Amino acid sequence: MEMLQVDMMLILEKLLLIGGIITFSLVIAMYTTYAERKVAAVMQDRVGPNRAGPFGLLQPLADGLKLFFKEEIIPLTSNKLLFVMGPALSMVTAMLTSAVIPWGSSIHIFGREVSLQIADVNIGILYVFGVVSLGVYGIMIGGWSSNNKFSLIAAVRGASQIISYELAMGLSLIALLMMTGSLSMKTIVEQQMSGGWGGFLGWNVLYQPLGFLIFLICVFAECNRTPFDLPEAENELNFGYHQEYSSMKLGFYLFAEYVNMFISSAVVSTLFFGGYDIPFVNEATLALSWGDNIVAMLGFVSLFSKIAFFLFLFMWVRWTIPRFRYDQLMDLGWKKLIPLALANMIITAIVILWFNK
Amino acid sequence: MASLTNRVKVLEQQPLSFMERLYLPAIFKGMAITFSHIFKKKATIRYPEEKRPFSPVFRGLQVLNRDEEGRENCTACGLCAVACPAEAITMEGAERQKNEEHLYREEKYAAKYEINMLRCIFCGLCEEACPKDAIYLSETFAPSNFTRKSFIYSKDELLIPHPINDKEGYDAARVSRVEKLKK
Repeated sequence: MEMLQVDMMLILEKLLLIGGIITFSLVIAMYTTYAERKVAAVMQDRVGPNRAGPFGLLQPLADGLKLFFKEEIIPLTSNKLLFVMGPALSMVTAMLTSAVIPWGSSIHIFGREVSLQIADVNIGILYVFGVVSLGVYGIMIGGWSSNNKFSLIAAVRGASQIISYELAMGLSLIALLMMTGSLSMKTIVEQQMSGGWGGFLGWNVLYQPLGFLIFLICVFAECNRTPFDLPEAENELNFGYHQEYSSMKLGFYLFAEYVNMFISSAVVSTLFFGGYDIPFVNEATLALSWGDNIVAMLGFVSLFSKIAFFLFLFMWVRWTIPRFRYDQLMDLGWKKLIPLALANMIITAIVILWFNK
Repeated sequence: MASLTNRVKVLEQQPLSFMERLYLPAIFKGMAITFSHIFKKKATIRYPEEKRPFSPVFRGLQVLNRDEEGRENCTACGLCAVACPAEAITMEGAERQKNEEHLYREEKYAAKYEINMLRCIFCGLCEEACPKDAIYLSETFAPSNFTRKSFIYSKDELLIPHPINDKEGYDAARVSRVEKLKK
């Protein structure tokens, strides 16, 4: 009975955490669309949405409402089951990754220590890779089942792009893993926190700048963001894989992109920028004077500001750089990034061996 | 081949150097440019709240003028209708009665005066044609509407507010092209 009690509490705690994180990432994704439009506007000397609510803050709600009220069209010649499954898959896979990201250290409520991470699995990074590569099915199935040439071409492009960049991404992370020796996201963050200058000197980006660069480029490609937004190249493929979609199914695709961006930013911040580590502050001593909960919250704020920076970077790059041509994209992926990542891996290995000797 | 002008610039296409092939310096340069644009002045004019000033020669909706005592200037001579290239103006004249001297300046007046704003091209020829300074173009433009009929402006809509009964409205309407052109 005692065991059951504890388990029920654990399940409740995890359910609350899952609900919270899903709501949180959806709201963030919603306001990322708003931020994207604002950033695009100010970079083009415009004002951006400012009609709905103060500063246009209700704009994402209005957009969502509009999508809900649109007519839902399923093309006659499409494969209906797959057609519906496409956007659902994209959305689910986009959300799934958030499970292994440590959103903060643990907080203490009612005498229980609640870890701000849904699942601290010891193969966290492998899990991220698995789920992220599932994401391509959303695009592939959506484009395929639409029964439309443009969508199909876009889907094939998307699939080949993601597969090509996943290799370099994995290779760049292997160098990181050789340093940390762990696949668990939580352990990686804690290792970074133990570095000098309140954790700042422990950040992996300082030891793996090339790995970080390769990883970042691959993240852009995985999220189908400019300059790698070939699957939805408007001027070449009309709308790409979601051309036949309407109403909230289209909304899911568009939304999944922003959720993906958010989660990818979280992964980059966690792996290379110390996660919930507050730079130049020793969390352990701060926790003694301020209490664990406040420090955990501050850590979350720190992680979130890192994420916000990367979200801004995504937009900044989008409104700066034109799209790659398809052959250039493949060239960059296979001929440049993969050899670079391999070289980075070998150099890291040599350095580690050198110091351990 | 001899060049046709001396402005020809011969560009030599060279293979990209290593730094150029890296792309990254160029990307950072581009990103610096877009970032600097965040702080630039915005070109947008937030329309209903902010309005652009019109040029002094802007030609907007027609206004039928009154004199200082509030009498209508128009004598329904029809010169404006003749001058109108778009045939937007129609009018019907009437004779002034004994007790109407305070309403109309001269013996004849326009009983009906209509301008179809959908036909009007705002050329201002009516203003030039008018011998009595009875019509001029203002600085406003026709607001949007749902029916075609509502774009046929009758005399009531065209007349300037009464200078004695509605001084403020009259003054506001007078601050216009006519005043500016006089300066």
